Amino acid sequence: MSTIRPLLRIGYLNVRRDRVVLAMVFLLPVMFFSIFATVFGNQRDSTARIRVAVADLDQSDYSKKIVAALGAEGGLQVRTTENADGTGAVLDREKAEDLVKKGALAVAVVLPKGFGTSGRFFNRDASAPKVELLADVSDPIAPQMVQGLLQKVSFTAAPDVLASEGMGMLEKYGGPLTPAQRASMAEWQKLLAAGGSEAAQVAANVGPAIDIVNVMQPGYGNVGIVSFYAAGIGVMFLLFSASGAGSALLDEEESGTLGRLVGSRAGMTGVLAGKWLFITMLGVLQLIVMFTWGMLVFHLPLLPHLPGFFVMTIATSAAAAAFGLVLATISRSRAQLSGISTIVILAMSAVGGSMFPRFLMSEGMQKMGLVTFNAWALDGYIKVFWRNQPVTELWPQVGVLLSLCALFLYAARMFARRWETL
Amino acid sequence: MVTAAVQAPPLRLEGARKHYGKIVALDGVSFEVRPGELVGLLGPNGAGKTTAIKAIAGRVALDSGSVHVFGRTLTPRDPRPEVGVVPQELAVYPKLTARENLEVFGELYGVAPQALKARADWALEWSDLKDRTKEPVLRFSGGMKRRLNIACSLLHSPSIVLLDEPTVGVDPQSRERIYEMLRALQKSGVSVVLTTHHLEEAEQRCERILIIDHGLIVASGTLDELVRSTLGSRRAVHVMLDAAWPATEAMPGGARVGEDGRSIQADLPDLGGSLARLIDGIGRAGRTVTDVRLTGSTLHDVFIALTGRELRE
Repeated sequence: MSTIRPLLRIGYLNVRRDRVVLAMVFLLPVMFFSIFATVFGNQRDSTARIRVAVADLDQSDYSKKIVAALGAEGGLQVRTTENADGTGAVLDREKAEDLVKKGALAVAVVLPKGFGTSGRFFNRDASAPKVELLADVSDPIAPQMVQGLLQKVSFTAAPDVLASEGMGMLEKYGGPLTPAQRASMAEWQKLLAAGGSEAAQVAANVGPAIDIVNVMQPGYGNVGIVSFYAAGIGVMFLLFSASGAGSALLDEEESGTLGRLVGSRAGMTGVLAGKWLFITMLGVLQLIVMFTWGMLVFHLPLLPHLPGFFVMTIATSAAAAAFGLVLATISRSRAQLSGISTIVILAMSAVGGSMFPRFLMSEGMQKMGLVTFNAWALDGYIKVFWRNQPVTELWPQVGVLLSLCALFLYAARMFARRWETL
Repeated sequence: MVTAAVQAPPLRLEGARKHYGKIVALDGVSFEVRPGELVGLLGPNGAGKTTAIKAIAGRVALDSGSVHVFGRTLTPRDPRPEVGVVPQELAVYPKLTARENLEVFGELYGVAPQALKARADWALEWSDLKDRTKEPVLRFSGGMKRRLNIACSLLHSPSIVLLDEPTVGVDPQSRERIYEMLRALQKSGVSVVLTTHHLEEAEQRCERILIIDHGLIVASGTLDELVRSTLGSRRAVHVMLDAAWPATEAMPGGARVGEDGRSIQADLPDLGGSLARLIDGIGRAGRTVTDVRLTGSTLHDVFIALTGRELRE
């Protein structure tokens, strides 16, 4: 212990007196986290809705109802003119395609001529005009979502047409209706076509009733994604800080202070233990600062999850510190360390889900991600903040992180032998 | 056992061999250092000086041979509380103050927490840095950093101090101050071993000199002993006259007249008799000696005679 204290003091004084290091450790991660949380944390904002152009070449009652119904969808921002504010020429197919090609929006819907008069539901034939979705395939989500919503509104926008075509099919295959049934149907269809409250109810009742219930963070709104990015960015910068702090070893080797430290009672094992403990403490502080910022600015529910947060933060920081020491001990110079750590950390962060949630990745990528340290750390944080799981459920993640920590420390000790005796 | 330990020299290196690939750094180096002695370890670049120091400090594992401190045979991993090592590099933390550097290294080298402040005060006084204790070291001059570098190695009161080029890159005043510090250590009974490239320094300051080359100690002793054993009693003499040597007079004792006619050079096999005869002959020729310079009696001459003039890089 008497050798650990001066080593911690050296680390503390060196960091405290270096404003660049302080900014890198505490300011930069908070800045990046704020950017990500602002961009991805406000999904309900109108700016996050999918922008879609609709070229209504048919201009029939039915096509107009479809356009109006698409416009009423909360997830879409629909335009039918050249400009988003409703000014400019009405869109035709060419103009709509231009908008997609220019990148103004990811998808355009073209309702062809004859769309309103051809069979729309049951008696569609091959020659019937087809609706086109002009898509920018670099966005894989938007076209799929627009297609789904288009199918939905085609059923709900004009219930009278759906009823009429349905009855037509019934008469075709089930026999003609009686005059009384026909009269009753005509009355009902008139009501549907008028679009009154009864019609709206009918439209809403097409398909199963669906209610979206937030089971992850009841009462906290959309903070799941904020906590995900707090953890994701936090772990990535933790690795950068750890490798940066580990680089002190290379500076010390160059200045000769490492020789002096190794020659002391601490020895190489003591020196590495002191460094590891200091970097771990620095990492814990870094994550506390970032999550506190997330709590104050982005309403991240830190206080109800404090035990889980501390368990994950200590395990993650300990493993990151050991990893930083491995990077430092395998590098021959600061420049080499900088290159190696940038590549390794960015690759690990990308595959491990620091930049993009792993649960949205393909199954193969999700499995591949598990070889990275980030994935285990993030899974733990997601369990705490997103899935509200108790601390005891963190054992697989904490177990893996602590095992990795031990493995990294052993590797760092082996690599550090080159500094010990020649 | 106790008697043997007391009588054992503070430091003894015996048959030390070390090679790095095909390069032989130490080829059987042996020497010992006595209590309170200041020993200079000299040699050209790559001769093995730093490797010898590192072997004693436990930073180099010898292929064969041994290091003994007060009679104890040490492996590289053994603790060496009796030894203080001052590296050639400025091994101090530039962002820490002088006091902070002293305190952290003192604690790491086993100074008790309650004694730490007193030892740091002593070191600041000893190294003449007591007026700059609160400044970060990065603002110090080269000489101040060197002095702090030495002080950081002495907080645990070692009995043997090894210094690798302690005066490299410092001005004459700082150099003088560093040697004053080392003399003070010597007086307190500490044995000091230093490597240096400054031959005049070694000549003037060290009680005993070890010359190492190609991994071997090629000569050792006091300056007089080295001169005698290496150059013998033969000396080159340069004599200046008050006027040109008369052309009619024969030159005494095989001496030669220089181109200016007023300087005379001679190689004298025995300085005592030959120099007197030469000066006597000059007087008989009606000339007066204005200056006499002897060469072949400095450490530089010994060093060149032993290690040659070939560049070592």
